[in-house]
Amino acid sequence: MTTPALPSAETLIDRLVERMASQVDARRCALVGIHSGGVWIAERLHARLGIAAPLGTIDVGLHRDDLDRSGLRQRMRASMIPFEVAGADIVLVDDVLYTGRTIRAAMNELFDYGRPDRIRLAALVDRGGRHLPIAADFLGCGIELEDRLEVVLERGGEASAPLSLRVSPRTSTPRP
Amino acid sequence: MTSNPQLDRHGALRHLLSIEGLPRDVLTHILDTATPFVSVAEREVKKVPVLRGKSVFNLFFENSTRTRTTFEIAAKRLSADVINLNINASSTSKGESLLDTIANLSAMDADMFVVRHAQSGAPFLIARHVREGISVINAGDGRHQHPTQGLLDAYTIRHYKGGFTDLTVAVVGDVLHSRVARSQIHALSTLGVPEIRVVGPKTLVPDSFSRMGVRVFQRMEEALAGVDVVSMLRLQNERMDGGLLPSAQEYFKTYGLTLERLARAKHDAIVLHPGPMNRGVEIESGVADGAQSVILPQVSFGIAVRMAVMSILAVG
Repeated sequence: MTTPALPSAETLIDRLVERMASQVDARRCALVGIHSGGVWIAERLHARLGIAAPLGTIDVGLHRDDLDRSGLRQRMRASMIPFEVAGADIVLVDDVLYTGRTIRAAMNELFDYGRPDRIRLAALVDRGGRHLPIAADFLGCGIELEDRLEVVLERGGEASAPLSLRVSPRTSTPRP
Repeated sequence: MTSNPQLDRHGALRHLLSIEGLPRDVLTHILDTATPFVSVAEREVKKVPVLRGKSVFNLFFENSTRTRTTFEIAAKRLSADVINLNINASSTSKGESLLDTIANLSAMDADMFVVRHAQSGAPFLIARHVREGISVINAGDGRHQHPTQGLLDAYTIRHYKGGFTDLTVAVVGDVLHSRVARSQIHALSTLGVPEIRVVGPKTLVPDSFSRMGVRVFQRMEEALAGVDVVSMLRLQNERMDGGLLPSAQEYFKTYGLTLERLARAKHDAIVLHPGPMNRGVEIESGVADGAQSVILPQVSFGIAVRMAVMSILAVG
């Protein structure tokens, strides 16, 4: 099987902006990016959609369901949720949607801050292979990918650097 | 292969018994891991599932409500089951040996022992005899070590000063009898603090300390000049009874941290104290409650650091 071609990350972000613009109320809605790739995308969406609430970020490291097998990651970041979660209308943002375990962990983490009114999910790429009943509300694109491959989002350097997507052989077992 | 009983053969932390002998990257990993745990305290639900299903036994052979409470909170915020045992009051008074006690508790499926003991080295003895998979944390042994206190002091200093490598730190008081001071000095020198000063009366801060790589001072005014961090130690009342010190008033006059003396340190110097404080003995209230005091943040960071240590021991 050949490696499927992906649109560029910037094209997919344009698409997400387009799809979210009419569905996301910039005055009421809050965005939360999942470290690391999800935060990079959430930063772009936050600016381009003109979201009023400050951007939230989540590291799901403490809510992963495989801590017993894989241990803690070397550098976890603190989750920063700088708005009131109780009653909030939230869009979670991640780069690649795969097993769905990351999203499960992120939702658990969000609920530790309060009871949101609604959570929706935006992802740049859905590569299939779900282990949990989770789907994206806003999607850049979907592709069918073999288990041995992974989609990787990379950023050149600082926050304004361009994002790029590539498909490559997987280096690790799927992590939530 | 290492001979350090705290590390496994890959150099990962297996027990936390002493700061001495732990390499810088292990200490840095603990401090880095503590950061996300600080934010857990700011949530409505102050709990994460890292130790779900694990049992943490607090074995306090010596009373310390404060330390036991911080370990208990740390374990509970990690979703562990916590069992507090005040051993003084139970088995040892019935003549059971320390190792029999440990064997019994291990058979109750403990995953972690947090041990406070009046005898230096007791946690090492326990660590040598627990079965594979059980971790031991030293919560203070005799005059020897109190490693999580040393780590939380280091975390606090890094939080306020951004790093270690250009700092001057003064440790003030009963350095001789203080496990806190010993752990702190080991932690800070391993993390790269270039100048550590110790100051106090000769009976409590003998010149022989210079062997630990610290500068020994007898006069507060000299020791505090230009420092970034002032770390106060608690003066224990029994030192006065033992004839090592004249009186609390006399001690305060010479070694108490007053606003006037603190003015000799850098203007942005921070003041640490492991608690509980003796106001008017080692520290003036104006300092303890003043803008440079980070004594209460130390308590919150202490919980995060203990959560980090327990997480690293439990899941790697």
